[in-house]
Amino acid sequence: MENQNTESRSSWPLWEIFIRSKQGLDHKHVGSLHAVDAAMAIENARDVYTRRMEGISIWVVESKYVHASNPDEAASFYDPANDKVYRHPTFYQLPDELTHM
Amino acid sequence: MEQKTLIDYTLHLADNALVLGHRNSEWTGHGPILEQDIALSNIALDLIGQARNFYQYAARLRNEGVSLGGARGGRMSEGVAATGGGGVEVTEDTLAYLRDSWDYRNCLLVEQINGDWAKTILRLFFFSAYQYSFYQRLQQSRDRELAAIAEKSYKEVTYHLRWSSEWVIRLGDGTEESHRRMEEALDQLWKFSGELFVPADYEKVLAEKGIAVDLTAIRSQWEERVDAVFRQAGLTKPAAAWEQTGGKQGRHTEHLGYLLAEMQFLQRAYPGCEW
Amino acid sequence: MANESRMSFSEVEKIFQDKVDEDIRIEPKDWMPDAYRKTLVRQISQHAHSEIVGMLPEANWITRAPSLKRKATLIAKVQDEAGHGLYLYSAAETLGTSRDEMVAQLHSGKAKYSSIFNYPTLTWADMGAIGWLVDGAAIMNQVPLCRASYGPYARAMVRICKEESFHQRQGFEILLVLSRGSEAQRRMCQDAIDRWWWPSVMMFGPSDDASPNSEQSMRWKIKRFSNDELRQKFIDVSVEQVKLLGMRLPDADLKWNEERQHYDFGVIDWEEFRNVINGNGPCNKERLAARVQAHAEGAWVREAAMAHAQKMAEEQKQGHEAA
Repeated sequence: MENQNTESRSSWPLWEIFIRSKQGLDHKHVGSLHAVDAAMAIENARDVYTRRMEGISIWVVESKYVHASNPDEAASFYDPANDKVYRHPTFYQLPDELTHM
Repeated sequence: MEQKTLIDYTLHLADNALVLGHRNSEWTGHGPILEQDIALSNIALDLIGQARNFYQYAARLRNEGVSLGGARGGRMSEGVAATGGGGVEVTEDTLAYLRDSWDYRNCLLVEQINGDWAKTILRLFFFSAYQYSFYQRLQQSRDRELAAIAEKSYKEVTYHLRWSSEWVIRLGDGTEESHRRMEEALDQLWKFSGELFVPADYEKVLAEKGIAVDLTAIRSQWEERVDAVFRQAGLTKPAAAWEQTGGKQGRHTEHLGYLLAEMQFLQRAYPGCEW
Repeated sequence: MANESRMSFSEVEKIFQDKVDEDIRIEPKDWMPDAYRKTLVRQISQHAHSEIVGMLPEANWITRAPSLKRKATLIAKVQDEAGHGLYLYSAAETLGTSRDEMVAQLHSGKAKYSSIFNYPTLTWADMGAIGWLVDGAAIMNQVPLCRASYGPYARAMVRICKEESFHQRQGFEILLVLSRGSEAQRRMCQDAIDRWWWPSVMMFGPSDDASPNSEQSMRWKIKRFSNDELRQKFIDVSVEQVKLLGMRLPDADLKWNEERQHYDFGVIDWEEFRNVINGNGPCNKERLAARVQAHAEGAWVREAAMAHAQKMAEEQKQGHEAA
């Protein structure tokens, strides 16, 4: 069995994978995988998360470089907008006859 | 005799792809890391797909030949007794599963056993570099079917070549152990690389007709590519070895017999069945 | 919503449970009970291990697949399983464990995986039986988990379920062709069903009254239906499907119960289940040995790739410094 030392020498870092499909508008986070560097991460992502479909854009970021917001701050980020309900299309009552809107 | 020659050539291409695809698929479930297990299985699938295209074409040629009246299409090889005359149709499976090793026309390189990851990678690199230049040319074949298969396959082997090149470099220029293993792999496989560029008779005949690829035209491209990758990998080509040949003519190493015995077992043990 | 760190334990726990109750996903950085995290890590990694070990009984037959089409589709199926294992390891890693840790636990025998993969694949028909019954049972378990409370887990399950659709059909088709074939093939088909039926039924785990953790898992929505519920559904469906094969399931006690509106079935051999899950199944040792070997023999490869990447990174750094 491998000892601690070899395990850490052969341990591959974790990468987060973001994919934008052919018809897509944004890159979506699809999961993670292990790779030694960005080039391999992209190749691996192509094999694992796209099954080598063409026309797909892949972003890879080493997991340790992803910074995330703290969930209990989310309240302060998003609550104010909840007051501004007039931003939401369903706020407005419009006649049924009106089309294309 | 042209029909038989074309069939022989097509089978040679099919056998190459099938045998290497089969070898690579032996790694499924046993790869050094999950991500690479998936990658190599993808490559195996591509190769088997290529094989199927070629086998299906060869089967069509064979069946057309028979329907044109007996001997002209000829038996595509001495070994296929099961396709006895009449209206028995030949399929991709008949060709893959019912020919013995003396009728297989793959080059010796692809039937070598997997060994370790280094040997598998090097074998794939040598063969992908060959297929890359080969399919590039075959796209211009006067035979439209071969050209079409080449076009589709070319995209796939572009990826195989890049993937295997990167691994040759990683292992060649990785650790002392990986470098040593690459050298051992080189030692074992180099002598099989020459056969890729030695045309069989059916290749010579068809190359003149613009159907088959002229191997002399792609040899230097292969050597350049190998040199470039080896430079980055810190590997040196061995001194000229006695080139092993014969695969294209059905004279194989001991390995193919075992490979086919395993692959063909069910079809042989339960003849004439649908699966 | 006030800052969670200034709230009492019972208050954060209530927020957590409220989210679960309202089907709001729990995400990696959210507060969660320790026990929830631990249970999830165990459950998800167990599932991942099952996918990886599960590759082996089928990979067995890749080199012997009897037609080119079967060869290709079998490789694709087994490769999918590798991918599923990877998605699940990836989901588990969001909970603070690493793939290396999980793999070490599998190899040491500490972590469990689905008992079904400790059975041998003896004939080609086993490929059909596994696809039909084993994947069928797995799908029954997996579809509800697409709505599991933990986000990364649910999303992995959605991905897996999408890819799973062809696995069961492929298996059933293999059996269908055999069932219409020669006498030997028909025998092969029935023989595989005879060997895989009971292990598949056992896949759903112990009966509900012997599953003390089920209730908590259901409250946490990391389990959506009880073992017995899913098992019953699986049996009901399979009894109908086997008729299309013209084969029979090896349970003389299978009988439609008009009152329950379900099929009654025979007694499960829980001793066999316990033994297999605790390491005494026919293939436990071989399966684990194969995984341990692949990992050990792959160490130099992983090391070399890492070493090379580091060399390249160093060169790039020096290149920038020189410039």
